[in-house]
Amino acid sequence: MRYLILLKGNRPATPPPPELMGAIAKLGEEASAAGALLDTAGLSPSSAGARVGLYGGRLSVTDGPFAEAKETISYAVYQVRDKEEAVEWANRFLRLHRDLWPEWEGEADVLKVMGPEDFTAPA
Amino acid sequence: MTSPDPHRTLAAVWRLESARIVATLARTVRDIGLAEELAQDTMVIALERWPVDGVPDHPASWLMATAKHRAIDALRRQSTYQQKLHEVGRATPPSVDPDIAAGLDDYVGDDLLRLIFTTCHPVLPPEARVALTLRLLGGLSTDQIARAYLVPEATIGKRITRAKRTLAERRIPIELPPPAEASDRLASVLEVIYLIFNEGYAATAGDDWMRPALCNEALRLGRLLAGLAPAEPEVHGLVALMELQASRTAARTAADGSPILLQDQDRRRWDRLLIRRGLAALARTEGTFGPYALQAAIAACHARAARAEDTDWTHIAELYDLLAHVSPSPIVELNRAVAVANAGRPAEGLAIAGGVDLPQYALLSAVRGDLLARLGRDGEARQEFERAAAMTRNARERQLFTARAQELSP
Repeated sequence: MRYLILLKGNRPATPPPPELMGAIAKLGEEASAAGALLDTAGLSPSSAGARVGLYGGRLSVTDGPFAEAKETISYAVYQVRDKEEAVEWANRFLRLHRDLWPEWEGEADVLKVMGPEDFTAPA
Repeated sequence: MTSPDPHRTLAAVWRLESARIVATLARTVRDIGLAEELAQDTMVIALERWPVDGVPDHPASWLMATAKHRAIDALRRQSTYQQKLHEVGRATPPSVDPDIAAGLDDYVGDDLLRLIFTTCHPVLPPEARVALTLRLLGGLSTDQIARAYLVPEATIGKRITRAKRTLAERRIPIELPPPAEASDRLASVLEVIYLIFNEGYAATAGDDWMRPALCNEALRLGRLLAGLAPAEPEVHGLVALMELQASRTAARTAADGSPILLQDQDRRRWDRLLIRRGLAALARTEGTFGPYALQAAIAACHARAARAEDTDWTHIAELYDLLAHVSPSPIVELNRAVAVANAGRPAEGLAIAGGVDLPQYALLSAVRGDLLARLGRDGEARQEFERAAAMTRNARERQLFTARAQELSP
């Protein structure tokens, strides 16, 4: 099954330490080599984006930044055998932040991508 | 907010790490069976400790470090035992490797490669290679493998035990193959992975979910191998082929479970991410003509066509010409016949199909029937479809072939 992991957090005033960026690259390499990580990229701050809304029958477009306290920082798509494996990859990612960038706080949403297993009756 | 459940965390970390742990242990203790036992010991220690001490800060490193300690203990016991044997004059002096501990820190990737070359060793029958590879590199339980292959768990258990014994008795070293054997040995590894993939691809609706999951296991192994042996174009060819075939999974079965032929599939349901990955893997085979790279190139022609009628059959026919050259087989010839006919040369396709020797193969008659019909030779076409209907054991196919026969005037 496939999971989308969205990393959300504050953006500390200081830039991420180079050791963290190196460790993230290495983890990504490991996860790709393990056949689990299918796709990933960092996301620019929401000030570079926009939000298209539909409320009360009216379309609206609002330029970023969004009002939320947390920014969405990156996405990753994992192919795993169950939710726990996806959670473990997210854990590994956050452990790197814990160990290498103590100022950072945030969370990773682990969302299941619908797949064939969601449409067929279990045997 | 809750802290992670140690049992669930351990189960997940174990699945992700067990292949690396077994691989490292196997190199150290030079025995796959013992390596697996030590890995199990490690798991048991974690099961005891984690619920009491909490999940370690770095669970994967904790497991690897614990496993290495088990290995050193086991080797010490072994050398003490051999030392004692020697003292009573019954064995050669022990050869204790002074670099055991240092050697344990070697790059783990090479260990995985050594392990997969060992579990796919040609000394084992193919079904044993498959079971042992799924067990040790896929981290699947005996029960999961049995469910995937629709056989009793005891059968798989025996298969794995026998395979480990064969490797020990034949003194198969856990190492990379010598250069003279490298290409045959790699072919065996690729074959095992593709066998696993095809078993999953052949799963039908209502099967245990472990069966289609084999496709993902094979993809995982293929991607792993591509990372370990990036200089081998056929590894990328196999990965490309599997990614591209897997991209059609959601589109290849109707709601009632019946298969949908490639030309009739709703291509919007093809998995774009897997196609993109497949095409990227295929790009790494450029300029090579191995059987997997060629089959992947053919699959890519289909993947690139937004509609069935956009398919570049001329290019597919060329690729089948090459494939028939490097890896000839009656099935390849039959597919080549279809491709040539679809490329606008039905008479030539029919001639190729005429040379295919596949006795009692319904699909061959059906292909001939189809090509004869395209050439306006209805009577002969009808006979071929009738023959195909009589030969097939699949009710749905029989229906289809009979219908085609009835459409044609005698």
